[in-house]
Amino acid sequence: MIHTTGLTKSFGQILAVDGIDLDVREGDIYGFLGANGSGKTTTVRMLLGLVLASSGEIEVLEQRMPKRAKVVLPRVGALVEGPGAYPHLSGRRNLALFDAAGVGGTRSSRGSRIDAVLEQVGLGGVDKRPVKAYSLGMRQRLGLASALLRKPELLILDEPTNGLDPQGIREIRDLLLALHAEGTTVFLSSHLLAEVEQLCTRVGVLDRGRLVLQDRLDTLTAPTGNSVVRTPDADRAHALLDGRVLNKDGDRLTVTGTDASTLNALLVREGIRVSELGPDRRTLEQVVLEAATNSGSDRMPAVSG
Amino acid sequence: MIAVEITKMLRRPRTWVTIVMLNALPTLIAILLALTDIGPRPGEGPVFLSSVLSNGTLFPLAALAVILPLFLPVAVAVIAGDSVAGEAQSGTLRYLLVRPVGRTRLLVAKLAAIFVFVLLAVVVVAGVAYVVGTNLFGAAPVASSVSGTTLTNSQIAVRTALAIGYITLSMLGVAAMALFLSTLTDSPLAATLGALAFLIASSLLFTLDAADALSPYLPTRYWLAFADLFRDPIEWRDITRGIALQGVYVGVLLSAAWANFTTKDITS
Repeated sequence: MIHTTGLTKSFGQILAVDGIDLDVREGDIYGFLGANGSGKTTTVRMLLGLVLASSGEIEVLEQRMPKRAKVVLPRVGALVEGPGAYPHLSGRRNLALFDAAGVGGTRSSRGSRIDAVLEQVGLGGVDKRPVKAYSLGMRQRLGLASALLRKPELLILDEPTNGLDPQGIREIRDLLLALHAEGTTVFLSSHLLAEVEQLCTRVGVLDRGRLVLQDRLDTLTAPTGNSVVRTPDADRAHALLDGRVLNKDGDRLTVTGTDASTLNALLVREGIRVSELGPDRRTLEQVVLEAATNSGSDRMPAVSG
Repeated sequence: MIAVEITKMLRRPRTWVTIVMLNALPTLIAILLALTDIGPRPGEGPVFLSSVLSNGTLFPLAALAVILPLFLPVAVAVIAGDSVAGEAQSGTLRYLLVRPVGRTRLLVAKLAAIFVFVLLAVVVVAGVAYVVGTNLFGAAPVASSVSGTTLTNSQIAVRTALAIGYITLSMLGVAAMALFLSTLTDSPLAATLGALAFLIASSLLFTLDAADALSPYLPTRYWLAFADLFRDPIEWRDITRGIALQGVYVGVLLSAAWANFTTKDITS
């Protein structure tokens, strides 16, 4: 659905995006992770033809971008860096104007489509008040409604849960999962690991403009072939399992082998209390921190010497 | 897309506030004239104002002459300067472009909406001035042309309509300038002020004898030529030159706006 080769963008001397090869497949919920300032938004803008690439190629929905924007973009719903709306108009009027602005989207179905998307994003009961009286969360929902107006095959969402409360985040997550179940491919950029871990099937990690990791989430967080034991008698367990312990961190031991039942039997026989035992999995956080050498691109440490 | 832009313009409270303000000064002048009965002597003050006391049907022209040098172009610069930069500032530009609206189409639609705004403003000012003028000063069946011959009221009406068209076209140069600047910056204020600087520079150079060589090319040079429509017979020379000159300004500035906007990274 999205395919880039050597996509690069420099603003003057600054290399914002450095030769990335994105590969988003049909049916993915793709999590595009990166710290603030790592180039996520610039990449999203290039996919949509807002920012023009310095070099490299972009294909969205099997068509070249930005050359074929006229054909591609009507099939894409987008939310880029926060919602945008005309503040003096109502939410409904805003959606009608945006719908009328582009090609496609027949006028006769406009009213019912607007009602449907407002319902979808939880703004079904919205009144005639102007958008300037909306809360941040309501604006975010309106932006999402605008992206959904044309029933897109591909959703490109930049930080979609910004400004929402935990309840709202959950609602949006459920909405995205429902859309995904109906066949929509979702490309979601975020700096929130938890959000991506709960939602996505594939992830890409951007670090200072480079794509340092791109894989299926369940591969990345697959069992490592080791087991984790938590025990109050960590020292005795360490002694008993000497040679098999890879790592000891307080009451937490990482032990080679996946046979938890044998391991448990062994420990219990020696009178070692086991409070927790299970396969060792890496969390997405560990994966990302390992891949991204510098986690905070907006940090500007002074260079000494 | 043009219809969408016009709808947006008409639904903005600011559009109507601007038009009301454009009517304020001519109306005030009319009231003062009616109360004091002291008109400017012929040849002094804004054109046509001296004849208004004897014939209220000429007041629309006087009102247009009052707003033409400054108020109208300021209003045009405000609306046109906001057109692209305002969308950038409110975050709506990127959503229009990914809808998708072609960048060229957006520019043309913006210019069309500005044109409609100017036409609307000029027609409203003329209409209000007609009502005010005929009520305060009465209507005479005939009026004297600038050349001294008499014109019937229907002749006046036709020529006033022509004047409205000419004045609307005259504003396109300023509008195109503000639109061009509006594609350069994300600040509507900067674009508006830039266009005003362009306008003031033009008016200033026009008064300077040393700049005589430049004067035929100044965008404000032929603005007041609409008075020539009220000569008998109509003096077309400056009118056609004025329209051609505006055409050149629109052509050049719109091309510049297009060249800049279609190759620009939209980072707003």
